[in-house]
Amino acid sequence: MSQNPASSATGLSRRSFMTGTVSAAAAAPLLTSAAKAEVPAATHSKLREAVAVSLRINKRPYELSLDTRTSLLDALRDHAGLTGTKKGCDHGQCGACTVLVDGKRVLSCLSFAVMNQGKEVTTVEGLASSEGKLHPMQQAFIDHDAFQCGYCTPGQIMSAIGCVNEGHAHSEDDIREYMSGNICRCAAYPNIVAAIVQARDQARGA
Amino acid sequence: MRPFIYEQPADISAAVAIASRFTTDDDQPTRANAQFIAGGTNLADYMKLGVAAPNRLLDLNRLEEPALRQIRVSDDGIRFGALVRMGEAADHGEVKRRYPVIADSLRLAASGQIRNMASLAGNVLQRTRCEYFRETSWACNKRVPGSGCAAMEGFNRQHAVLGASDACIATYHGDFAQALIALDAVIRAEGSRGARKIPFARLHRLPRDTPHIETDLAADEIITAIEVPAMPWARRSRYLKIRDRESYAFALASAAVVLDLDGDSVREARIALGGVATVPWRARAAEAALQGKKLDEASASAAAEAAFADAEPRQHNAFKIELGKRTLVRALLETRDMKV
Repeated sequence: MSQNPASSATGLSRRSFMTGTVSAAAAAPLLTSAAKAEVPAATHSKLREAVAVSLRINKRPYELSLDTRTSLLDALRDHAGLTGTKKGCDHGQCGACTVLVDGKRVLSCLSFAVMNQGKEVTTVEGLASSEGKLHPMQQAFIDHDAFQCGYCTPGQIMSAIGCVNEGHAHSEDDIREYMSGNICRCAAYPNIVAAIVQARDQARGA
Repeated sequence: MRPFIYEQPADISAAVAIASRFTTDDDQPTRANAQFIAGGTNLADYMKLGVAAPNRLLDLNRLEEPALRQIRVSDDGIRFGALVRMGEAADHGEVKRRYPVIADSLRLAASGQIRNMASLAGNVLQRTRCEYFRETSWACNKRVPGSGCAAMEGFNRQHAVLGASDACIATYHGDFAQALIALDAVIRAEGSRGARKIPFARLHRLPRDTPHIETDLAADEIITAIEVPAMPWARRSRYLKIRDRESYAFALASAAVVLDLDGDSVREARIALGGVATVPWRARAAEAALQGKKLDEASASAAAEAAFADAEPRQHNAFKIELGKRTLVRALLETRDMKV
């Protein structure tokens, strides 16, 4: 009997099942294009008319057809099928939806996707190398057991990478202050701080 | 959320022209059909909640004027372009050196992610987080003029003790604004009636009997810059913020303090209070109480008494009067002891 709770008897993982359901239900399916992104103006003049939005997500070009009301978070999850980024509060209070936009950590729930036209978006799916080697921050979270339920973890990892890149991880106090936008209901905070220290030191080439 | 048309004006005059076409002279910026968006951290939230319902969103992030994204330091002071992000200003070396109170107020506000998103102009225009304003099923004179105020007899622990009226007791939750009002900052704005300067202290309106009128801005007017005058003695300044938790929370009480000291005695003091008032709050009575005095615990306490002399508590927020006084005393003494 399988010990892997993520696999069902049909061989479908829970994740691909959920993703498939979501994509099939989405009104505007994903159109992935390898064509050179031309960044057309996302301005349009009719209500309720879908807008073509070009995003680069994890270095790949995406052409999405979106309602203007679609948050970047929903565009990633429901339209690009990238469900690694999590929806927690959907109001900018928890940090679960943190992604990098042009290298800066932001809350994807409080950003309309259409405002990110032509931007470079990095989600947790874009961190590991193509050979599957984890990003040092991902590895550090595993090494330090920096999660329990794991729901906030993608946001914590993206925020932690932003925090280190911004130069706000000098001390453990610094890390606690500059990571305060990421809430962990399981309270894995001490381990999260330890993981960030490890990845920071690695990034410094220690 | 209501459907909206999204536009990206190319420059300030285009943004003003579009806004002017879709708003009237009587429109409040927060209630107009066409509204501006920059970081979106406040507006997107309120659109999701149905508190804000613009029919047309004008995205200011593609405006081509470079000055909108620049921080310029000169002999006249410092000029922040309206689209500069909070995090960028908080980390700016000259801001930290010349105006610690500004850097503190930004660093202690929101979270790293929100500071990367939120523009400085949007930050000063942020709307209250009064629970009864946020939840549209409650009566709220600010959200629906004339509908009443559920906070008066509700759970009003977060609410204001200064500057309130019978119509509204919602707190102004920003931090940066306290630094700006203490430093006599000036707002530059452009609208269909031209460009103008607004003293920061005149940007926000007391609620009185029209709490839905939040600022002095017209619906087609855009803040383009925030200017802070040169003030060499502002190096002795800080912002102290007291919250329910250590970080990422709104102030229960806060104090922005700028001191010009002659030895032990106060040549000039600038004081603003946050978390306790309906608008960014300059505590002029406290400033006057300190002028020419030796700054010690006794004079600081007297100034704090003066700052809260007119405070009016409600059922759950009376603690803010004592907390606000202690916050100010501590901020004054810590600012006095700064090594500059």
